[in-house]
Amino acid sequence: MEAHIQVRNLNAFYGKTQSLKDINIEIPRRQITVIMGPSGCGKTTLLKTFNRFLELVDDTKITGEVLVDGRNIYDRDVDVTEVRKCIGLLAQRPYPLPMSIYENVAYGMHIHRMKNSRDEYRKAVRHYLEVTGLYEEVKHRLMTPATSLSIGQQQRLCLARGLAVEPEIILGDEPTSALDPISSQHIERLLLDLKQDYTIVVVTHTLRQAKRLADYVIYMYMGEVLESGPAREVFNNPRHERTRAYLEGQI
Amino acid sequence: MSLQDIVIKEQPNAQKEGRPSRPSLASRRRQERVAGRTLFIITLLPVILIVLITAALAMRFWPILKEYSLWELVSGTVWKPMQGKFGFWPFIAGTFWVTIVGVGLAVPPCLLTALYLSEYARAATRALMKPLLDLLAAIPSVVYGVWGVVAIVPFVGDTLAPWCKKTLGFIPLFTSKNPTGYSILAGGIVLAVMIAPFIIAVTYEVLATVSQGLREASLAVGATRWQTIRAIVIRQTMPGIVAGVVLGATRALGETMAVLMVVGNVPQVPKSIFDTAYPLPALIANNYGEMMSIPLYDAALLGAAFMLLVIVLVFNVVSTLVLQRMLGRRWV
Ligand SMILES: Nc1ncnc2c1ncn2[C@@H]1O[C@H](COP(=O)(O)OP(=O)(O)O)[C@@H](O)[C@H]1O
Ligand SMILES: [Mg+2]
Repeated sequence: MEAHIQVRNLNAFYGKTQSLKDINIEIPRRQITVIMGPSGCGKTTLLKTFNRFLELVDDTKITGEVLVDGRNIYDRDVDVTEVRKCIGLLAQRPYPLPMSIYENVAYGMHIHRMKNSRDEYRKAVRHYLEVTGLYEEVKHRLMTPATSLSIGQQQRLCLARGLAVEPEIILGDEPTSALDPISSQHIERLLLDLKQDYTIVVVTHTLRQAKRLADYVIYMYMGEVLESGPAREVFNNPRHERTRAYLEGQI
Repeated sequence: MSLQDIVIKEQPNAQKEGRPSRPSLASRRRQERVAGRTLFIITLLPVILIVLITAALAMRFWPILKEYSLWELVSGTVWKPMQGKFGFWPFIAGTFWVTIVGVGLAVPPCLLTALYLSEYARAATRALMKPLLDLLAAIPSVVYGVWGVVAIVPFVGDTLAPWCKKTLGFIPLFTSKNPTGYSILAGGIVLAVMIAPFIIAVTYEVLATVSQGLREASLAVGATRWQTIRAIVIRQTMPGIVAGVVLGATRALGETMAVLMVVGNVPQVPKSIFDTAYPLPALIANNYGEMMSIPLYDAALLGAAFMLLVIVLVFNVVSTLVLQRMLGRRWV
């Protein structure tokens, strides 16, 4: 296994309360890593340390390292916008930007001036809408507000918007929890397709989804990583008593 | 809990504790109805009051409208009540000049302050700044007026006016023959400070309606905070910000005391920000109750009040409606 993200001695605090305790994990490249654990155990917090979103919250503190391709994203000379460009985020519910479908996908590309002509932008927007299976559904109304889409379509649009800035890593924080079953399935299929090209880290609240998606599993409890490893090992033969209890549905 | 539960639970309890028996259902319903109606009427009172005041002013305005057309009054530039000349234009123009200068000076720093508070400041800074701004809003108007006379008028007269004359004198807006500092600019500066806390507060509220998730959606693709503010936050809240500024402008339009003390009160149509002006509220406050024996003087002054009221009402209602839509029920 080749690690894409390495987390070393990571601690995170909200004010004085510690929410991540000495995390040491490695996240494999071009696979789906699923983070599981009971609510409040620090899954979202851990995910937020990967794209430096934790610093958006007042009074948070982080110690330790998060290495992406061997480079610590918390180094002083790292440009935080570059980190976030490289590490996309699919939020718990879709947040389409207050603009058209087209502009939503083009938004990040415009910000980073990634293309040279209108035509290139158009092609790229089309490409990412196709990748997320939206193009056929929206090709006749690219200029209508993104909020006119269904929730499921909005979430795929958000995925397209994230992919458009050419990240290498995709984070998802329970990305299907606000969606209906069909839309959830759609997102899951997309994630499975995308792992050919991207490293994917997903927090999930359902064990079944974890089993469908995971190549690699991280199990957290009270701010600590109790267990991490290849999915089959963790699911079939959990080392820790609490993981076993969780997998058997006792928590 | 179902209705049955309540009925069954409450009655034995009341008896056990020896409370007086409850009034009958019919009388409770009657109470409810009376209370509801009374509260409704009291709530309606402000609306009734505004309608009555407007109607009363219109009626007192009426006599002069029989002598002169509304257009003659509004566009007339000579105000000589003794000679029967009632031109309102200098006062209307003065009102708008002072208001526009005041709002123009207030808006850029207020917008930046509100943006700082909502987008950059830590919660602790916000908690400190809010009461300070409220304090600024609580200072009585006359105190601002005194501050204007003592500090702003001399500053405008001795420093700003000569400097502007030297550097920007070729622009008519910045020249003046008025050597004192009593001017539109002095009024505008005082007004700007007075309405600033209000504009900041409303703009902040409006900015706060943007969900954190939306900001994060923009930041997540690598946008900077400033890019996010420009492309998302301001775009989303533009109508509300404009409405907040217009609401601030209505306060400026009606502000009387502080402005009256620093604008000079000469009934002329201003041409430069260093000219004196005579806004409508100052006209009414300075003159109502004196020399009322002059024919139609009463009608003219109450006509001024009527115009002021109508202007303020229209601005106010429109901007309040916009804000109400944006802020939902949080806006009172
Ligand atoms: N903004 C915050 N301020 C203070 N404490 C927080 C904040 N967000 C999360 N926490 C705390 O951090 C812990 C982990 O939260 P979180 O990462 O959201 O858990 P999860 O996503 O696994 O449900 C919880 O105990 C929670 O109370
Ligand atoms: Mg969470």
